[in-house]
Amino acid sequence: MKKIKITICTGTTCYIMGATHLQRLDEVMDAAMLEQVEIIGSHCLGYCDAENFGKAPFVKVNDQLIADATLDKVIRKVREILNTGAN
Amino acid sequence: MFYDNNANRLRKEILIRVARAFFTKEPADTLNRIPVAMRPKLGESSRCCIHKDRAVLKYRCMAALGFSVEDETDELKPISEYYAAATLRTEAVKPALTVIDEACSACVTTRYSATNACRGCIARSCESACPKDAIEFRDGQAWLNPDKCVNCGLCMKACPYHAIIRIPIPCEEACPVGAITKDEATGREVIDHDKCIYCGKCLRECPFAAISDLSQMIDVLQRFKSNTVVAMIAPSVTGQLPGTLPQLVTALKKLGFAKVVEVAEGADETTRHESAEWAEKMGEGERFMTTSCCPSFIETVEKHLPEMKPYVSHTPTPMAFSAAKVRRENPDAITVFIGPCIAKRVEAAKNPDVDYVLTFEELGALLVGAHIDVNQSDETPVDSNAHREGRGFAASGGVTGAIRATAPDNAALQPILVDGIDRKTINQMRAWANKTCTGNFVEVMSCEGGCIAGPGTLGNPRIALKQLNALLNDSPSLEH
Repeated sequence: MKKIKITICTGTTCYIMGATHLQRLDEVMDAAMLEQVEIIGSHCLGYCDAENFGKAPFVKVNDQLIADATLDKVIRKVREILNTGAN
Repeated sequence: MFYDNNANRLRKEILIRVARAFFTKEPADTLNRIPVAMRPKLGESSRCCIHKDRAVLKYRCMAALGFSVEDETDELKPISEYYAAATLRTEAVKPALTVIDEACSACVTTRYSATNACRGCIARSCESACPKDAIEFRDGQAWLNPDKCVNCGLCMKACPYHAIIRIPIPCEEACPVGAITKDEATGREVIDHDKCIYCGKCLRECPFAAISDLSQMIDVLQRFKSNTVVAMIAPSVTGQLPGTLPQLVTALKKLGFAKVVEVAEGADETTRHESAEWAEKMGEGERFMTTSCCPSFIETVEKHLPEMKPYVSHTPTPMAFSAAKVRRENPDAITVFIGPCIAKRVEAAKNPDVDYVLTFEELGALLVGAHIDVNQSDETPVDSNAHREGRGFAASGGVTGAIRATAPDNAALQPILVDGIDRKTINQMRAWANKTCTGNFVEVMSCEGGCIAGPGTLGNPRIALKQLNALLNDSPSLEH
């Protein structure tokens, strides 16, 4: 099965606004979910410079953008994708 | 111990917006517009309305420019005027924590409250338990009369339904020394600077982010023109910013620093002197010796634990050693300590070798403002000869480890660690000073976990600790 791709932006703005705490994602995610995702860090995704995307930190789950991302928001999005089989 | 919440993010957003404004063509105008940009018309507000939010945001910007809210004399003075005044400052502002009184939600004085879980039972144990007759029954439920309640908590213990709760005042709860209290007239919190130890715990714990320290971002930016500004990076830098340390050096130089030094080198120096001092003191029959590197501990001793003074090591701190070295090499250098700590500002104010202090949060904001992507920067080799021992100062237990590795007679070392200053550990330390101490070397860290968990950090302390341990394994040791 294709894995869900989670891209955590580690540009300076995102890192400072909380992406550093998102590095714990693999620790807090349950094992079953962890098997179905691929977590990668990324250079600046470029969303922080424009106000219309919302606030940093930014995370992309597949191609869906999460602004003001938290561990909880990311996990909820992954669950939503898994539940709807939209991957 | 997990401080990634919305109050924390808000504090960082302010620093970033203010720092970004510094780098725009019209800083004064951009600064004036921050409250409006953050709370636009018809947008959401976190308080009663966007107007109150905007008023609070203005005060937050004031603090980010280095002004105490308490010093406001004219409510109509715009942020731009504070900015203009800040650019003319030639010396660092006197360190202080400021209460943004408009943001302080004036947490209730009555600490106990009966909730809807009250069944209005026949027993009414709360009523019989209350020594002050403060419990009344309204609509069949208990109600605590605030004029009579003395906050003893007996009613809470007596209720079989757990219907009475204690509502804490988070900043007062967090303060280890009772320095923040409620002003009876306004209901707002006020900091007593004669008691404050600058540990930053109130700042972290306030759910309304109503407490701020005074930033020196603008002061440092202004000094860059001289091309003599030296960044002194604290050992706790690991895990605080994206990229590697060599990448950070490039980023700092791009920002305007002429030179970057690792304070871990100063910590090596502290290690050498402190282990010798300890051995000497033990030889002279002293009972024990404490560390001296945590400035919040030093403030605690000065203001609340005078009996501990004879036991505190006289060895200069890593920052002091590093700054002295920088000054020796270039007497005109402007020195900026960059670390996780608010209390370091107090230490810096007392040490003529240290001109400014930035927290990792503030440095991060400046890098964002200057559009510097640390992760994408080239690597500049760090000009440093730091060892495992000095770098280890960043986490609790690190100083002890360093002393153990270097003390001449380390078999006799009986270390005790105070991992976090709170009311309990202050009492414990008082007892050690006045009566007996079970160890002969006491490491004191105001922040639980050590500097990597300080109030000005950006990183997650657990991840930072992992990265620090990996770095320590790769670092040479002072041990012979």
